[in-house]
Amino acid sequence: MSGGRAHAGHMVRRIGVFAFFSVVLAFFSLPMLWLATAPFDANPSITVSVPEFTLANFRAILDNPYALGSLGNSVLQAGGAALVVVTLAATAAYALSRVRVPGRDALLYVLLLLSSIVTGTAAMVPIFELATRLNLIDTHLGVILTVSGGLLPAAIFILKDFMDATPTSYEESARVFGAGPVQILLHVAVPLVRPGLATIAVWAVANVWGGFLLQFILIRDPQRAPGSVVLYTLYTEGGQPDLSLLSAFSLLYSLPVVLMYLFVSTRYGFRFHGGIKR
Amino acid sequence: MTSDPSGLGRGGAAALVLPALVLIGVFLVFPALWTIYLGLTDYRLTGLAAADPQVVGPANYLDALGDERFLGSTWLSVQYVLGSAVIGQACLGFAIAWLVRDRRGPLRRVVEGVVLLSWILPGSVVAYLWIALLDRDGGTLNALLNTPGAAWLLDHPMLSLVVFNTWRGTAFSMMLYAAALESVPPSHLETARLAGASAFQQLRDVVLPRIRGHVLTNLLLISLWTFNDFTPFLITAGGPEGASETLPVYVYIVALRDGELGVGAAVSFLILAVNLVFALVYLRLLRARGRDADVPAPARAATRTAA
Amino acid sequence: MISLHGLTKEFPGGVRAIDALDLEIADGEFFALLGPSGCGKTTLLRTIAGLETPTRGRVAIGGVDVTATPPGRRDVAMVFQDYALFPHMDVTDNIAYPLRIRKVPRAERRARAAETAARLSLAELLARRPGQLSGGQQQRVALARAIACHPRAFLFDEPLSNLDARLRLEARTFLKRLQRDLAVTTVFVTHDQGEALALADRVAVMSGGRIMQVGTPAEVFQRPASTFVASFIGSTPMNLLPGEVRGGGLRVAGARLPLPQEAAGLPEGAGVVYGVRPEYVDLSPAPRPGAFAGRVAVLENLGTAHLVTLEVPAEDGEPPAGSEPGGATVQAVVPEGGEPALGEAVWAAPRHERALVYHDDVLLTRAPDRAAR
Repeated sequence: MSGGRAHAGHMVRRIGVFAFFSVVLAFFSLPMLWLATAPFDANPSITVSVPEFTLANFRAILDNPYALGSLGNSVLQAGGAALVVVTLAATAAYALSRVRVPGRDALLYVLLLLSSIVTGTAAMVPIFELATRLNLIDTHLGVILTVSGGLLPAAIFILKDFMDATPTSYEESARVFGAGPVQILLHVAVPLVRPGLATIAVWAVANVWGGFLLQFILIRDPQRAPGSVVLYTLYTEGGQPDLSLLSAFSLLYSLPVVLMYLFVSTRYGFRFHGGIKR
Repeated sequence: MTSDPSGLGRGGAAALVLPALVLIGVFLVFPALWTIYLGLTDYRLTGLAAADPQVVGPANYLDALGDERFLGSTWLSVQYVLGSAVIGQACLGFAIAWLVRDRRGPLRRVVEGVVLLSWILPGSVVAYLWIALLDRDGGTLNALLNTPGAAWLLDHPMLSLVVFNTWRGTAFSMMLYAAALESVPPSHLETARLAGASAFQQLRDVVLPRIRGHVLTNLLLISLWTFNDFTPFLITAGGPEGASETLPVYVYIVALRDGELGVGAAVSFLILAVNLVFALVYLRLLRARGRDADVPAPARAATRTAA
Repeated sequence: MISLHGLTKEFPGGVRAIDALDLEIADGEFFALLGPSGCGKTTLLRTIAGLETPTRGRVAIGGVDVTATPPGRRDVAMVFQDYALFPHMDVTDNIAYPLRIRKVPRAERRARAAETAARLSLAELLARRPGQLSGGQQQRVALARAIACHPRAFLFDEPLSNLDARLRLEARTFLKRLQRDLAVTTVFVTHDQGEALALADRVAVMSGGRIMQVGTPAEVFQRPASTFVASFIGSTPMNLLPGEVRGGGLRVAGARLPLPQEAAGLPEGAGVVYGVRPEYVDLSPAPRPGAFAGRVAVLENLGTAHLVTLEVPAEDGEPPAGSEPGGATVQAVVPEGGEPALGEAVWAAPRHERALVYHDDVLLTRAPDRAAR
């Protein structure tokens, strides 16, 4: 019976697909289980186990001299970079979208090319040197400016896409009514591309929050180190790591980016790493 | 139609673009150029050569190219890229995207959510999650497999990193392929199905030709990112005995930990050159296809590059 | 009053959108710029607004030269084709935006916005965003925004083209009444000759950056100055047939037609173009003098009338058997019930007092006098 065989084949395929999904789910969730259990375990170990529930581990964060401060540093660096990137990218993208400058597209492509090849890995030596000479080592400003320089080309590119997609008649209309360039930018252009600005801001924050290498190179003073660097020192520096502190702090440090993604994906429906519009 | 709808004028436009350009110039373009110069000197972090570096010509570059440690690192980087990006992320990402494409509902959301979560967690958090998972004594993996004492990170450091990075980066490929698959008109697949094509034939004859641009884009970008990935440092720090010392880790150790800036810069420049090849191929691909074709816009994809 | 003198606009790359154009638009006039796409009408409007800077020539509004004045200081209001309502502001804020730029206090500008909105039946929609409005409502908000700042002139770019066909007629009547009530000089751009004729006090017909004719709707309709205007104006295209002066008369598509008095000076054999609107062509089933002999090729139902397309011979005066090489077509509009059958031989007689004769693309015939109408 060919019908029966087709049916059987169908069943086999269904079972195969579900087996695949099970393996995928297990593979991707297994490493994260520890993050879900250990922070709430009264005696956290390195192995995943059903926790004896407690919130005491989060107290450990308060007791550590650097943990809480590093969150503040992360907020400062991420917020600062987001502000710089959004402001500079918005103004630059606006001008590039609206005024025909010779060689504009070539310039954008070259900048984009550079930003994708001059990674922290490839440029860590000169960036460290540059920051040393500009006295930017151990400063938030150093992290903010370095990160912003790397993020700006892509940010300009994305925002220019948003700007290009808005009709020029809005600005012309405002112009006929007497609005000046600054008024047009603030009243018309910026509100029109708000989703784009939000995208860039979220993307910049996520980049700094999750970033490690540049901060690791530029900041040696634990008082100014961001969460990502302090976290790294918690499990690399001397002796047995304090698992209560480490697990609780890992979870706390992960939460903002996860929440931000949830917010962005429900609000704007972005699916890429903060980068896709619509 | 008009060249200046907002009445900015060339001067106004320049004033708006300039701050961004200055920042990019100082913190992106200049370091890239400086890398080349530093690579030609005997510059060191400390000591005599720190005060008065001398130009030593291409010696650093030649030394690097002849250095076994450098060549070993390059080979490890190739393994890392091929294993975790090209084979791991791209294949797994495509498989997931293909199998969830017609599904709506909880299963798809859960699968995508978990894959995505592994991508968005901060790097130093996931690094420790994997250290804990693979730990010799108390690691969850050993508990599960009932292999107590198996030292995964010591005995199979590269394999561990390859599996780790597959876990870490599959989300991008999955999402890119999901978007690509959505761009395949259902009528094309239905036509193939009506003609009696099997799932494999549909994939080969209808889907792959349409998403070739996406596949290439994806491979280029994830290779570029994986090649520059610094996370292995957080997990193995290059060890044991340099067995997992990929190029980024090698540069860090030589230049910033051991202080040989000139040598580090030379290796940096070689990484830069490899990156340039990837990026040029990618841009060429974009140019050739234009904006409307099936290569995703560069900025969208490139948004992770600086990470 | 808006005056344009020797106005020329060249875009980079050498495209000349406006070509040495002179025009005077009177105070309170409702003035249409009409032409096919690419004729320069929108560029002209944008130049009056100040959004484009002319390459040469002058623009004066109310007797003041504003050629170098930025758009915001010309005291004109423009309604764009897509209305350009700011999507992030509600109706009140949109209407009040020009007042905000003029630093009118918030309370006053809200009051004025509400007042203007009420006048345009928008009172209930004040708190809505443009995205929540229908096309017709959006158009009225755009008009209200233009009205609220009491400008010296309104500039409308295709004000009706974004509305669907039914709404367009309604909006047209509304617009005409509004302009008459406000009595503000209004220039509008349209590619729709029906719209221009229906709305405007005067129409400028444009082509290739030049004005081909300026006149009242009746003038451009009755006496198009060139064959271009003749073919562009009218809901059914005018019959334009080549002919020549022969034996004291006109020989056109096989028919012998009387030579108008104004054309009497033309030499024997001179080529002319003979024009007559389909509405002014009468059909009869029997041969008659001064008529085209034709055969019915197409019948189109226009509702209350039919548009009949006849194939006429190039030379002799007999109805052609089928389409023949060199043959031409003549169209006639016949009232309900009077339409011939497909394939039937008919004679189409143009009303001679309505006929237009062009020589070297210059109109020779005078306007029909009142007795003839």
